[in-house]
Amino acid sequence: MSEELHDVALHVNGVLMHTRVPARRLLSDCLRHELRLTGTHVGCEHGVCGCCTVLLDGAPVRSCLMFAVSAQGHEITTVEGLAEPDGTMHPVQQAFQECHGLQCGFCTPGFLTTVAAFLQDNPDPTLEEAVEAISGNLCRCTGYQNIVRAVLRAAELTKVNT
Amino acid sequence: MVGAPVARSEDPRLLTGQGRYLDDHGHDALAAAFVRSPHAHARILSIDADDALDVDGLVAVYTHEDLPGRIGEPLPLLIPHPALVHPRTGYPLARDVVRHVGEPVVMVVARDRYVAEDACDRIRVEYDVLPPVVGVASSRTADRLVYDDVPGNVSAHLLQEVGDAPAAIDAAPHHLELELEVERSASMPLEGRGVFARWDPDDESLRMYSSTQTSTSVRAAVAAKLDLPLHKVEVVTPDVGGGFGVKIVHPWPEEVLVPWAARRLGHEVKWAEDRREHFISSAHERGQLHSVRVGFDDDGRILGLDVKFWHDNGAYTPYGIIVPIITATQLLGPYKPGAYRVEFWSLYTNTVIVTPYRGAGRPQGCYAMERTVDAIAEVLGKDRADVRALNFIQPDEMPYDHGLMFQDGRPLVYDSGDFPESLRLLKKLVGWDDFADYRAQAASEGRRVGIGIACYVEGTGVGPYEGGHVVVETSGRVLVSTGLTSQGQGHRTMLAQIVADELGVAFDDVHVTTGDTRRFGYAVGTFASRTAVMSGNAVALAARAVRDKALRLAGDALEADPGDLEIVDGQIGVKGDPGASIPLRTVAVLSNPLRYAFDEAAKQATQFVVGDVSKPPVPDDEEPGLEGTDYYSPLRATFANGMHAAVVETDPETAEIKVLRYCVVHDCGRLVNPTIVEGQIHGGVAQGVGGALYERMVYDEHGQLLNASFMDFLMPYATEVPTVETDHLETPSPLNPLGVKGAGEAGVIPGMAVIASAVEDAEGFRITRMPLSPSELFHLRARFAAGEIPPVHQRRVEA
Repeated sequence: MSEELHDVALHVNGVLMHTRVPARRLLSDCLRHELRLTGTHVGCEHGVCGCCTVLLDGAPVRSCLMFAVSAQGHEITTVEGLAEPDGTMHPVQQAFQECHGLQCGFCTPGFLTTVAAFLQDNPDPTLEEAVEAISGNLCRCTGYQNIVRAVLRAAELTKVNT
Repeated sequence: MVGAPVARSEDPRLLTGQGRYLDDHGHDALAAAFVRSPHAHARILSIDADDALDVDGLVAVYTHEDLPGRIGEPLPLLIPHPALVHPRTGYPLARDVVRHVGEPVVMVVARDRYVAEDACDRIRVEYDVLPPVVGVASSRTADRLVYDDVPGNVSAHLLQEVGDAPAAIDAAPHHLELELEVERSASMPLEGRGVFARWDPDDESLRMYSSTQTSTSVRAAVAAKLDLPLHKVEVVTPDVGGGFGVKIVHPWPEEVLVPWAARRLGHEVKWAEDRREHFISSAHERGQLHSVRVGFDDDGRILGLDVKFWHDNGAYTPYGIIVPIITATQLLGPYKPGAYRVEFWSLYTNTVIVTPYRGAGRPQGCYAMERTVDAIAEVLGKDRADVRALNFIQPDEMPYDHGLMFQDGRPLVYDSGDFPESLRLLKKLVGWDDFADYRAQAASEGRRVGIGIACYVEGTGVGPYEGGHVVVETSGRVLVSTGLTSQGQGHRTMLAQIVADELGVAFDDVHVTTGDTRRFGYAVGTFASRTAVMSGNAVALAARAVRDKALRLAGDALEADPGDLEIVDGQIGVKGDPGASIPLRTVAVLSNPLRYAFDEAAKQATQFVVGDVSKPPVPDDEEPGLEGTDYYSPLRATFANGMHAAVVETDPETAEIKVLRYCVVHDCGRLVNPTIVEGQIHGGVAQGVGGALYERMVYDEHGQLLNASFMDFLMPYATEVPTVETDHLETPSPLNPLGVKGAGEAGVIPGMAVIASAVEDAEGFRITRMPLSPSELFHLRARFAAGEIPPVHQRRVEA
């Protein structure tokens, strides 16, 4: 018995990419192993840790809870797509570096995508709102304190840049 | 650079998705998956893989019977100890008997992981289920045995004694007893373990990537198992998504099986652990029962301390008895215990193995000691901080010899520390002396609050050694390597800061590699808060050797005394003479006389250009190249210390526990990068709070782990972790050239102790069991109200 494969066209980081996957291939695995965009990480495969968070039409989703075939027709943004084409880091990325908001970096792409979307909706968050915004993502290294600072700093940087 | 909050050079890659973790390698590799035991204790009767053979994409199925020679032998006992009289280690694939849920029984290799798991589902293993031993208390009663030939389930029994503690306690004016318990938790890095192996059949060599804390030792272990010459095995540690102890264990079954299968199949093979596998097959820690007896005088001075504890080591003991030894010795913290007697029993259970998790036995020891000191203060009606201060080792008593043997087999001697000053800073930071006012104010608002305190001392930077290699390229780039590994601590930044200073070059010119046996073959690994101490000093010594050589060569070129030279920003010049100078990169060219010119730099170094014809091109006692290797091997560990205070609020109705403030005073000697050290403390505190209030491994009586997912094992999110307020004391270590002490584990150690202290203070009855959930606190309140547990003190103000 062999598995039926499906042609899938995915818009990832502004580029249309074609691949063939079984219906059950998770979006996270497809991004990582078919499209070789390994910045999206897999920490639990049950939607709790948030490491695999990508933006689907601008909104954060857990790519381990979605099939690749279901993502057809949507605009996907992964951590690789956050920086400017010239390599200038996104304000959220800059803020994470400035504030030491990462250690091992495994959870970081999920935080970056989550925070980037959050600041679109709420460009001027309070401390409490910043904590709330990241409270669906697990980090085992930082204790979150510097991540919260980074969220607030990213908001400042975004204001300066615009 | 040393001492400056330098931004991490690791970050740009990790922030842009360019990190390369284990599972980011080998996209075309075959995937391994495992059939793991669903039973805690059972005899394997048969394994039937026939149905799996129909699965399209299946490549191989292996059971223990298929494993030849040393591959099929038990995994090594990594750290033997004379007291470990009944060591047991598992097989890479179970032979005959399984001893915990999650033990690997069958290995499947297939086109991808999905297909491999399809095949696993179709393999039928028949078991004869045996009664399991679950939990320390049940193992201690020994009604059932994990091994028929291990009486009482006791793998090890160790007694250490200084003076006659029982007699000192009996003779003391006061004494008290405490029964304490800590449940299991685990490191739980967000990246699980993983192995990727690539066999080159033409070269007969193996390249292996492992998400490990020790690449050199994995290499040695795999070379031994596969019967390969060491130089035919390379182990590379890629970016690692957190370790916290669990990845120091090696070789894991998969680290033996994956390279073996890659060689046998002539194809790359990869295994990346999933989260459930991590819960049920990677190591746990923390589970211990303590029985403490202490004698003290009217002031609260400890005269004798007698501790017995029972340590849950799980089903096997590959990492020896390091964890309980550390508990036994580090329990003492900053205190002089008078006479001390500590005795432990390490016990088998039919659960996942127990090996170090950040803190490595210290959190339990700190918890036992600090609960004891709080109890002394309570009995005497004294201030808890005052009783601590009374028992402190004083700065003028350093170095302080406890008369015990530490985890490295060497004497337990504290090298430095100023505990009274640390306590003064902590009391000031948290407002200890003003807390009564805050308590009264909170009570008037109907709120119930408490304050806790806990102190610890941590032996860091244990040997045997680490090494460093520094080479200056003709481009001016400085390459540094050390053998131990990184899991997110910012080692590349921290080590580059040290080398930049030692060598007099720009930080951005220094590039550090860790955990790659192609670059550095001799190393121990990353554990015991040892990188800054061990590799930090090793690369400093190696850089000094390179500096000395550069100055010698530059002295010849500039016709100057090397003693008059200095290196500033990569330029070697005569001190005080801006005219005469030579770039370090040019000295690198001169250091390697060449016959062949392959680029412009090389052209400057050919034999017709360079050298005094009266001397050989490479002088006696010199080597070509501007590079150096050195090692740092300490006489013994260096001891960091710290003190934490927490303010908690407990909800009078729901018993929810909220940490309002968390204050840390930390002394890890000289700080190389304060930002990185603070980050380590923040992360440690988060794990400490998790261990105190949320995280536990819930095994049922059958040995099933009931909460083996992130939905049920409650790691703290941002909403659960308090803001950490820190202050540093820098008491340099006299033991090493840089004066540094380790910082990696510190934050987690007093977490349980300080939260227990604070909740006890808020509630007015003794807290003896950790972690403490709201429902447990609720039930304790009910028992307290019913008079089943006595009050501890009169500090509480009724809300």
